[in-house]
Amino acid sequence: MLEALLLILLCQLLGETLVQLAALPIPGPVLGMLLLLGWLFLHGGVADEVGRTADTLLAHLSLLFVPAGVGVMLHWERVREHWQALALALVLGTLITLVVTALTMAGMRRLMAWWRRPSGG
Amino acid sequence: MADARLSDIWVYLAALPLLWLTATLTCYLIALRLYRLAGSTPLLNPVMVAIALLIGLLWLTDTPYPIYFEGAQFIHFLLGPATVALAIPLYRQRHRLRALALPILVALPVGVATAGLSAIGLAALFGAEPAILLSLAPKSVTAPVAMGISEKIGGIPTLTAVLVISTGVVGAVFGTAVLRLLRCQDPAVQGFALGLSAHGLGTARAFQVDATMGAFAGLAMALSAFATALLLPPLLGWIGSG
Repeated sequence: MLEALLLILLCQLLGETLVQLAALPIPGPVLGMLLLLGWLFLHGGVADEVGRTADTLLAHLSLLFVPAGVGVMLHWERVREHWQALALALVLGTLITLVVTALTMAGMRRLMAWWRRPSGG
Repeated sequence: MADARLSDIWVYLAALPLLWLTATLTCYLIALRLYRLAGSTPLLNPVMVAIALLIGLLWLTDTPYPIYFEGAQFIHFLLGPATVALAIPLYRQRHRLRALALPILVALPVGVATAGLSAIGLAALFGAEPAILLSLAPKSVTAPVAMGISEKIGGIPTLTAVLVISTGVVGAVFGTAVLRLLRCQDPAVQGFALGLSAHGLGTARAFQVDATMGAFAGLAMALSAFATALLLPPLLGWIGSG
């Protein structure tokens, strides 16, 4: 548990450091995730313990967004003033993005399967 | 007399991070209980309900947000390690990842451009001011990246954080139903679309349905964070000058 937590924190720390040093436009934890992924590929696997620690953290991923979400109370005025524009962009914009992404990826899969069929027999 | 005593205790407790940390966990667990009692309907999304309960509580006790956040920051901090930990479910899916590399590389820029342009275009229809449009543009990306992008392009970072979470709630509440309407049954495609459009909350929702779906949602969230940070500022510059 402790070693696994340390591995995760070290990846995050390294990510944060590299982002600062190279002035990268992405946040440290996202780079940290790629670093951990690279480490797992190099190491050739996930120790059970690391896997369990990650699963525990990810099981309650939604909870971790609550404190930032409560911050909506700082923006009542703006939200009330622009609620129609915001509601439309949030609901319709998000669902359009979801549909376009799913259709593009599913379409590409179908295209690749069709491409492979004649040569694969 | 007893009242004075009680208010002394309140003043003491209200100054400790313990109080709002405990309140956050309690409200989340109540929200989770309600969600399960209602047969796990996404309409009672636990994040949304927990946020509503906490705002009610803060309003009743006249507590400003910074005081609340002093306690809640311990939970907020875990977002970083949890993001790093997403590498593990992803590694478990490495065989599928290789087969899906090309569809992912095409769907990624298409999805990222759609996310930014649809948000700006729809809000512009209602004549929202530029600061609002720019705060909305990165709404599908995970909160810390979105806040950074928002600041860079001239939006309001804390407003962006709120819009990002609302986007995540929309994706988590309606996402799986919309994917069902599309008759899209591949969990990798479903997960990727959920993670790209609704970041970590979409990912959390995807993990509730299926482990493969969750892993691909996590991948989409990470890749779109990179792609949006790289693509959105030049895309907006191009629109602005055109």
